[in-house]
Amino acid sequence: MTQRYTYPAIALHWLMALLMIATFPLGLYMSDLPLSPHKLRLYAYHKWIGMVILMLLVLRVFWRVTHRPPAFVAGLPRWQVLAAHTVHIALYALMLAVPLSGWLMSSALGFQVVLFGVLSIPDLIGADKALGHTLKSVHELLNYGLLTMVVLHVGAALQHHLMLRDDTLRRMLPFLGGLK
Amino acid sequence: MKAISALLLLAASACVSAANFSVVNPSKSNINFVSKQMGVAVTGNFAQFNSQISLDPTHPEAGKAQITVMLNSIDAGSGEANDEVKGKVWFNVKEYPNATFVSSAVKALSGNRYQAVGKLTIKGKVRDVIVPFTAVPAGASLLLDGSIPISRAAYGIGEGAWADPSVVADDVQVKFHFMLNLAK
Repeated sequence: MTQRYTYPAIALHWLMALLMIATFPLGLYMSDLPLSPHKLRLYAYHKWIGMVILMLLVLRVFWRVTHRPPAFVAGLPRWQVLAAHTVHIALYALMLAVPLSGWLMSSALGFQVVLFGVLSIPDLIGADKALGHTLKSVHELLNYGLLTMVVLHVGAALQHHLMLRDDTLRRMLPFLGGLK
Repeated sequence: MKAISALLLLAASACVSAANFSVVNPSKSNINFVSKQMGVAVTGNFAQFNSQISLDPTHPEAGKAQITVMLNSIDAGSGEANDEVKGKVWFNVKEYPNATFVSSAVKALSGNRYQAVGKLTIKGKVRDVIVPFTAVPAGASLLLDGSIPISRAAYGIGEGAWADPSVVADDVQVKFHFMLNLAK
């Protein structure tokens, strides 16, 4: 009998997934826009979502460390267990590195992050335009890394759900019937 | 003889106390501003300006200031922003290359605080402004520091879609620092 993830873990997983799905294309779209109030607004939203993701990640890591996740479905080949662990670790690392690089980049470019327009998030580093542009490339690169890991993660979940028809995905779903 | 030297001494001390600081050291002076974009304070500055300022702290009412800021020298925080703010809906530097402040009166407030009133002209629009500042002696120099809020709307700085103060706040805080020396 396979166990489900705890409800807080499920909630954090899907909430963060939703925020990432929203803010990734937003980041791609906004950076090519000509300067306008619309652009400044989108930049602010993008940074706010990024900071929220970072805060949720702290909560999530705390929850993950204090709550053992359910076991993999029975009979999973060793290489798949290894692959799943590797992708999970990479996902966690990138969920930290992506918003962090965005935060650093904002600080270096001289645009502090002010959450929801009211809460000033301290600058991590001083203004340095050249470093800011480097960090922008780092932020982009890390995002494509994260996208790659998300594709692998979603691909594996769908393969288990649709082809192998096991409980792998159901463990992370609060609905879709009971577990086998 | 004694009387003469006493007189000379008196004259000398009068010279010191009635010191008219009227030579601006441009390399030790600056004009900065802070605007708020989506709640984020963004600093910028004007690298080029001409200033004729004279202030005798003992006779502030004789003080004068005429400051011309070359708007093309703006740094608004990013290359993209610099191009934008020189454009028509912002400063329109092609038609209005300079912003000017001309004082009409200066008075002492209390301690080392003073106040100048005068006319500020930006983008062809003339507005009366009150400029509070401090004047603090530093060695042989006099340091003037102050700031005034400027309403973007009052001068049409950022028109059209940019007029929306929820993105770029209407108030822009302009800060100045001038180092004045005695005329030689």
